[in-house]
Order: sequence, then C-alpha cells, then structure tokens
Amino acid sequence: MAFNIYDFTTFTKSIHDGLSSQLSPTAVLAIEWTIVGLAYLLFVALFGLFLVYAERKVCAAFQQRLGPMRVGPWGLLQTIADFIKLLMKELITPKNADKFLYNLAPFIVIIVSFLVISVIPFAPGLVTFDFDIGIFFVTAVSSVGVIGILLAGWSSNNKYSLIGAMRSGAQIVSYELSVGLSLITMIILAGTMQISGIVEGQRDLWFIFKGHVPAVIAFFVFVIAGTAETNRGPFDLAEAESELTAGFHTEYSGIKFAFFFLAEYINLFIVAAMATTVFLGGWMPLHFGDFEGFNQIMDLIPGLFWFFFKVLAVMFLMMWFKWTFPRLRVDQILNLEWKYLLPINLFNILLMAAVVLFGLHF
Amino acid sequence: MDELKEVMITNDEIRTDEYLINMGPQHPSTHGVLRLLVQLEGEIVHNVQPHIGYIHSGIEKMAESLSYPQLGHLTDRMDYLSAIQNTEAVALCVENALQVEVPERVKYIRTIMAELSRLASHQLWWCVMGMDMGALTTFFYGLRDREDILDIFEETCGARLTLNYNIPGGVMFDIHPNFQRDVKAFIQKFKTKLPEYERLLSGNVIFTERTKGVAYLTKEDAIAWGVTGPTARASGFACDLRKHRPYSAYDKVQFKEILSDVGDTYTRYQVRMAEMWESISIIEQLIDNIPEGDHAVKMKGVVKLPEGEFYQRVETARGEFGVFIVSDGKKNPYRVKFRSPGFSNLFAINHIAKGWKIADLVAIMSTFDLVIPDIDR
Repeated sequence: MAFNIYDFTTFTKSIHDGLSSQLSPTAVLAIEWTIVGLAYLLFVALFGLFLVYAERKVCAAFQQRLGPMRVGPWGLLQTIADFIKLLMKELITPKNADKFLYNLAPFIVIIVSFLVISVIPFAPGLVTFDFDIGIFFVTAVSSVGVIGILLAGWSSNNKYSLIGAMRSGAQIVSYELSVGLSLITMIILAGTMQISGIVEGQRDLWFIFKGHVPAVIAFFVFVIAGTAETNRGPFDLAEAESELTAGFHTEYSGIKFAFFFLAEYINLFIVAAMATTVFLGGWMPLHFGDFEGFNQIMDLIPGLFWFFFKVLAVMFLMMWFKWTFPRLRVDQILNLEWKYLLPINLFNILLMAAVVLFGLHF
Repeated sequence: MDELKEVMITNDEIRTDEYLINMGPQHPSTHGVLRLLVQLEGEIVHNVQPHIGYIHSGIEKMAESLSYPQLGHLTDRMDYLSAIQNTEAVALCVENALQVEVPERVKYIRTIMAELSRLASHQLWWCVMGMDMGALTTFFYGLRDREDILDIFEETCGARLTLNYNIPGGVMFDIHPNFQRDVKAFIQKFKTKLPEYERLLSGNVIFTERTKGVAYLTKEDAIAWGVTGPTARASGFACDLRKHRPYSAYDKVQFKEILSDVGDTYTRYQVRMAEMWESISIIEQLIDNIPEGDHAVKMKGVVKLPEGEFYQRVETARGEFGVFIVSDGKKNPYRVKFRSPGFSNLFAINHIAKGWKIADLVAIMSTFDLVIPDIDR
C-alpha cells in the first residue's frame, strides 16, 4: 500500500486494486461506499465538534475572555461533553406539531450538507465525486437545505419558529443568486465547471490573483452571500436570539437540535471550502510565476495542509464578522442583496467576460 | 383543523391576517419578566401592549410598615442599576421634611457616587443594547469596565449592586482612603475605553442603518406620555433635574444637558453615550475637592416626620425618580408613592413602535433602558 501524503491517488488506487483482486465488482463497490460514507461521517462529526470549539475560542478571544477551559486541557473536551449531553437529552415534540415533518426537517438539513461535502477535493486524489458539472451540483443541492428550515419552522407549531423560517426562506432564496453568480464569474475564468479542473487551473496562480479585480470582487461577494446562506451573523435573522428566541429551531431539543447546529457548522465549512477551491487554489500550494526556489519550498507542504489552512483562514474571517457586527434587519438584508450585491455581481460577470475575452488576466 | 379548512375554502381571496405573539415574560429581549403582547402583520408591528405584574413585590405597601431609615433599603431593590440615586431621593425627602442640613462632604460623596452609578448603568445599557442588536461582543466590553466601578462601590460600602449607602442624614460610611485614587484611575482608564465603544458599535454601518430614522418620539409626545431621562432629552425635552432642580452638589459643577431634537433610536443612543462623557466630567470636577467633615449628621434614634406631604425627585440613569411621602407624624409613613421613570417610559412604546418591524421594537426597548423591577414594584 503506497501511502503518499502529497498525492492520495496511488493510495486509493491500491485499496481499490487490492479489493478487486479478492472480490466481485459489486462487493468492492459496496465496501468502498461504506468506507467512504463512514469516513465522511467521522470527518463531519469530528470536524464539526472541532469547529464548535474553535468558534467558542475565537469568540472568547474577541470578547476578552478565555472560553472553555475546564473540560480537558484548554477545554478541548468541552464540545465532546456537550455532544454527549445533547445525545442524552429528551426529544420533545410540541403539542399539535406536524410530527412527520417535524421529525423530517433536521434530516433534510443535515443530508444536504453531507451531499455538498462529497464534491469538495481535500487533497490530490481525496475527493468522492468529480462531476463535470461539480459547481452546478453544489449550488443546486445546497439550495435544498432551505426546505428543511422552512419545514422546521412550519411544523413546530410556534409563531417564532414560523417567522424565523419565513425570514430564512426569503434570505436564502435571495442570496442563492449571489452565490451562484459569483461562482459563474469564476467559471468564466476557469473555463470549466468540473471542480478538479478548477483546482488544476490554479497550478500556476490562484484565481483570486489571476482574475485580479473581478475575482476579488467575486470573492467578497461570495463570502458575504455565503455567510448569509449559512444563516450566520450578521445575517442570523432566522435565529435572531434577541428577537425570536431561537428562530426556526426553537422547539427542537436533544439530538435534533444538534443536527441543526452541526449543519450550520458544516455549511460554514462548505462555504469556506468552496471559497478555497474556487478562489484560493484549493489544495494547490502558493506559487508565484518564476520564483522557482519559493515555489519548491511551497511544494514541500502537502496539499491537505494547504487546503485546511486556507479553509480555516476563511472561516476565521467569517467568525470575525459574526462576533463584531450587529444583526441586519429583514428589509435591509433583502435590500443588500437585490439592490447592491446583485447589480455588482451582474456587472462583475461582464467585467470578467471582458477580462477573459481580451486576455487581460495574469 | 376542520374549522380551519372550512375557513380556507370559503375565503377564496388570499389575505394576510394579523396575529399575536407574546414577547415575554420569558424572552431574551425583555431583560426580565416583562410581557409584551405584540400584534403583528408579517414582520410589522401594529400594536404593543405591555403587561406587567409578574414580579410585583408590593414595595409601596411594605413601606407603610417600615421606619424612614429602612425605606431606603427597599428602593435599592427597585431600579437596582440606580440604587444610589433611589436611596438619595428617600434620604433627601426625609432630610427636607426634617429640615436637616447635611455636611458639604456628604453632598459631594453622594454626587460622585450617583455619577459613578449612572456610568455603570449606562455601561450596562450599552452592552445590552449591542446584544439586542445582535452584536454580542459589546456585552463583555461593557461589563469589563462596569466591574471597575463595582469594585469601587464594594470598597466603599461592601456591596456591589444594592448599596444601601445613602441614609437620611448622610451616607452610611465614610469613603475609603483609596476612594479618590481608585476613582481617578478608573476615569483615566475609562476615557480610553469609551472611544472603543464608539468604534465597536456607534460607527458600525449596520448599527447606524438600523437605528437612524427609526421610531421617532416627538417632544410633545414625550411630554404627554411622561417620558423623562435620556429618552426624553433625545426628543428635545429639557428635563434634566440635575440642571433644572439641582440637589446635592450638582449646583457646584459645570456640565451640559445633552439635548437633541431628532428623537429617533439613534439619537436616544447618542444622548446616553454623550451623558457618559458628562458624568466623567462631573466626577473629575468633584473628586479632588471633597471637603473635610463628617460623613453624616447625628439623627434621632427614631425618625418621625412632621405631618404633611413631602415630595423629592432626583435624576436617575433612566429619568425622573420621585418619592412622595404622606406622613401622619408617626415613625412610619402613612403612604408612600414612587414615581419611577421606567413605568412612564414603557407605555410610550406602543405609540412609537407602531409600523416598525420586530427588530426595531427590540431596539426601541433597548433605547428605553427598561429595568423591570423599576416598572413593576
């Protein structure tokens, strides 16, 4: 088994070949699916817990306090303890709730997050699906998540939940546009929708540098719209603690609440990962034109580390403005999208098209 | 469900209905057990009906069976963020009734303590205001600096929140030897922290967008509803009792009454921010000039007020606080009535919140700086 941290292709191939020599193709497929599924579950659970811990530490740093410090060294086991607590909590269904939809909603939200994660390349050879319409798949699937939120709000038989869900619906449907359009801007530059192709195209220079002005604009629009899509502050209208107690998940308890909570953090990861993949070169190391020595040193750092380093950097940016900005009002949030981001985005697509057409990019 | 279906079949036109939600008694934005019955159409507020009585403690009735020195301890528990000013009102009322002249030193100490308490109250208001608007970090900034004031209080009289410091005839204890040094150190520190507040919240574009031009309260309405304090001064109603009816040492200091004639949520915010600077200036003028002398005059063991009606008002962090005592010459009052600023301010909410959104209602409540035991006593 040839394990190489720089390229997982040989590693996965050797597993596949090893299994194929022993078993029938159907059995190989079943086993591989199971392994991949379990790997994703493990990744999401562990990384989700880590993100909750990271967010608490980051926000503590902004708020001049220490954050969790008691459970384990530096409070490292705090989120695990919290998770166990949530697992053991009673699942309460409110009176007159639509029981089927009420129980279904958290699963829709979390399944959607899992689906999107499957197309993100973590490192060379470490990706499950590599469609030729990868970006399209991401935008299409991620927009299904809002159904889960709407169902949760509707079926809870609670007015606060309903208001939260309606806000969330209006917000996510609007910001889908900006996310989609800023990705389209980059697709024009990349010339492909296949995610591996996009990453490969950034071997010499990341797209955010290659596409200069329009790419930078698209990056900022994407991060803003992405934050809005994950329902995180300053766009956390759907949960708006001071207005709607907890918004669409007011009535959920125990593990069902944990699903919403986990989904929020997976979505945060997805937005950061998409920003990394499309704008910041995915797992590609930082390369600058002809500086051979610099490029070689950068190549020494494995792609997996590059990917997570960039993802965490983007996440830190998003946590930063969550913990410093006040919340927007519902009409302002829609104004921001339809009156500012959308026109900027449409103009930006034209700009990018011109840049690509006349070969003005680096 | 069947009834609902029938309604939906008979009404073939699509229409939106008003609906009611209960904000409170347990709700994050009401800062206590206040219940607002809000009539909404979608996100838009049509009517707000405050319901109080969830923590009614019968303080006015209790006061009838207590002696005058004991009265102050109850007022501490009403508006716990203005504990100093509340007890000051009772002390002044009793002193005026008995025509006792307190030493200059007491007046200075009372004024400094009242201004420190106003600063602490405004700090807490600021951090909660930010939290209501969704900026959670403000909460920790405000509490961090408030801690310094509470430490000074603790050193002075042993308590941090319900201070019981002002008593008829003076203050309970003389100031701690470190008092002046600590207050000066705090003022120096807080002067650098206050611009930080401005940068974190006031200068934020989302904050200004959400508050500017929202929920106007006109001067006429402010007077008609009995609104006082910074909330009314933001509408141009000059009602600062420290300026117009000076008590304690307020006639010895120079300070501006912060007035504005705009009256929106943003102005109500700005007036309080500016008041913090004025409080700092008042403390600075007094802290080095505290005269020597006794911290209290000797009162009789049993304080008996002459027969009659006595009224004293002071300016708390929330507005005008009044104590009305009817005495029949015995050692406990015949009837006591408190005029609390929060109670009058609260009921103007319905008037100005109509037509604005839920998020604005939360911001309006924040700028009214409600303390529930002050309303519901």
